[in-house]
Amino acid sequence: MILQAISFYAFAAVTVAAAVMVISARNPVHSVLFLILAFFNAAGLFVLMGAEFIAMILVIVYVGAVAVLFLFVVMMLDINFVELRQGFLQYLPIGALVGLVLLAELVLILGSWAIAPDTASRAAAPTPAITETTNTHAIGQVLYTDYIYLFQAAGLILLIAMIGAIVLTLRSREGVKRQRISDQVGRTREESVEVRHVEPGSGV
Amino acid sequence: MITTADIYPVLPELFLAVAAMALLMYGVFRGDKSTGSCSWLAVLALIVTGVIMSLLPENAESAFRGQFVVDQFARFMKWLVLLGSALAVVMSMNYNAREQIERFEFPVLILFASLGMLLMVSANDLISLYVGLELQSLALYVIAAFRRDSTKSSEAGLKYFVLGALSSGMLLYGASMIYGFAGTTRFDALAALFTGPSADPGVGVVVGLVFLLAGLAFKVSAVPFHMWTPDVYEGAPTPVTAFFAVAPKIAAIALLVRTMVGPFGELFAQWQQIIVFISIASMLLGALAAIWQTNIKRLLAYSSIGHIGYALVGLAAGSEEGIRGIGVYMAIYLAMNVGTFCCVLSMRRQGVLAEGIDDLAGLARNHPMMAAAMAIFMFSMAGIPPLAGFFGKLYVFMAAVNEGLYVLAIIGVLTSVIGAFYYLRIVKIMYFDEPADAFDRTAGREIGAIMAVAGMFTLLFFVFPSPIVEGAGQAAAVLFASG
Repeated sequence: MILQAISFYAFAAVTVAAAVMVISARNPVHSVLFLILAFFNAAGLFVLMGAEFIAMILVIVYVGAVAVLFLFVVMMLDINFVELRQGFLQYLPIGALVGLVLLAELVLILGSWAIAPDTASRAAAPTPAITETTNTHAIGQVLYTDYIYLFQAAGLILLIAMIGAIVLTLRSREGVKRQRISDQVGRTREESVEVRHVEPGSGV
Repeated sequence: MITTADIYPVLPELFLAVAAMALLMYGVFRGDKSTGSCSWLAVLALIVTGVIMSLLPENAESAFRGQFVVDQFARFMKWLVLLGSALAVVMSMNYNAREQIERFEFPVLILFASLGMLLMVSANDLISLYVGLELQSLALYVIAAFRRDSTKSSEAGLKYFVLGALSSGMLLYGASMIYGFAGTTRFDALAALFTGPSADPGVGVVVGLVFLLAGLAFKVSAVPFHMWTPDVYEGAPTPVTAFFAVAPKIAAIALLVRTMVGPFGELFAQWQQIIVFISIASMLLGALAAIWQTNIKRLLAYSSIGHIGYALVGLAAGSEEGIRGIGVYMAIYLAMNVGTFCCVLSMRRQGVLAEGIDDLAGLARNHPMMAAAMAIFMFSMAGIPPLAGFFGKLYVFMAAVNEGLYVLAIIGVLTSVIGAFYYLRIVKIMYFDEPADAFDRTAGREIGAIMAVAGMFTLLFFVFPSPIVEGAGQAAAVLFASG
């Protein structure tokens, strides 16, 4: 038990510290690296809760894809982040005020947090005991049966995202050299190689 | 497990999804020269979807463990959505060809957007609500930026996307709060939870409800979540604006009504004041801000904000009569807006689209028929009897008065008087100002036909109001019978 508590506080502390560093680091590449650290620690928290599937998904999707994509964007785009950050501090009072208001509201709501005793039993898909089945199995069992409708609709949304990306960005450019395999294979020696007689010492 | 009982209710949506994907394949293999046939096939697909819907049995059915529901209300709203989408595709063909943005993805995206709207109207669960909404919105973001060479169109798409994502975030936050405090996302389970003498929704659910309402108010562009509307309407290509003004609004209003009256029907006292506020604010802004507009598309954007305010009066009443009023209002709103946008699409001078209100000067002398149609739509939007727009307002205001919301009804009447000023100003410009040059007669026969039919509907609604009023009445009855 004590080991679990220690791990929880370690993971939680590192997550919060890394999250603070994400927004305060000067170098954007460092920000992204801290973001990855935060994701890893959040995954650790999920493992502690017994949600190992979500923990693995977090590592694979967020660290493996999203954060690496961020890193690419940050490195490839030539944005002067120092210039972007100028004037950042002047919004601090308003930002802090909004944050405080939100915090106060959250405290007010959480203060009246009264979960009805039968809330858990009303859940659409009751969670089976962890000794009976693994996370992955439990999710798979409902995702393709009870939630097939939502699963398919989500698939359609991704299809639209793909169509949209193509519609908005793909254009046929003039003067671009493309691979035309039949033309390339069909070339003869005569039309592609030119034999020149070069005088010694004069260059081409 | 999926059973045939699950498949039957979703058959129209299933057909539409398959048709859209088949059309996508057809377009990809035939290239952009297939745009014309793609558009007509898309219209055909929408009509067939409607036919399948009307062939299915008329009783209320739910599928997929209650995530999806079809009842008379859903059917009525889906008819309007399908009609609006089909008309938008027809209206876009000539325009897209002329502006050289003719691409086969356009009708396909409209089909996907319509599919999203059908899912929204049938949503019976917070998750299916969100999924349908995103399916619709994502397709709309893309077609708003469809003319990608124009800065304005790209700006419209980006603005819509960023603000839409923000509103989706609020909606999800609200939904997660409701789930956290109530323990379920299903509408019928939520409704059961709040019914009964000992039911106490608690602060958490109410806060979640407010966030949910904010997200939905953004989608119907009600004040104070309306800021994107004028810019997006102005920047998007005109047929896209015509589509935005009609089908998505109807679907979002239907979703709002179902969510408020269904699961949260017992929390009426909590959400009524919010609806009353956004209704009054929308009516006021729609009436006042439109006065200074010089661009006809911006003017119509403010006008649509105002119309949403009037429709919400029916929801604020919260009675069966009020919901019936919303159904009638949306049907009439569809006809008026489609007709008006047909006129806007015909405003083309030497091949260039004219969008200023002054460009309409002296229209009556150059194009008497178009001016007459436009005058009918403007008088109708202003709510002058015996045109259709008057009856739309009459039904919602009567519902409000019968529920004792006198102040709301009086504000509604006053704002429609103010609004009449700018509608009538257009009529005055068309009939009494010095004529400008004539417009090109190139808008196409379809546009003229739609304009004529919409005009006849608006003009003669008072002769045969019963099909629409009865349809809306049945739609409203089913919401209150179950809840």
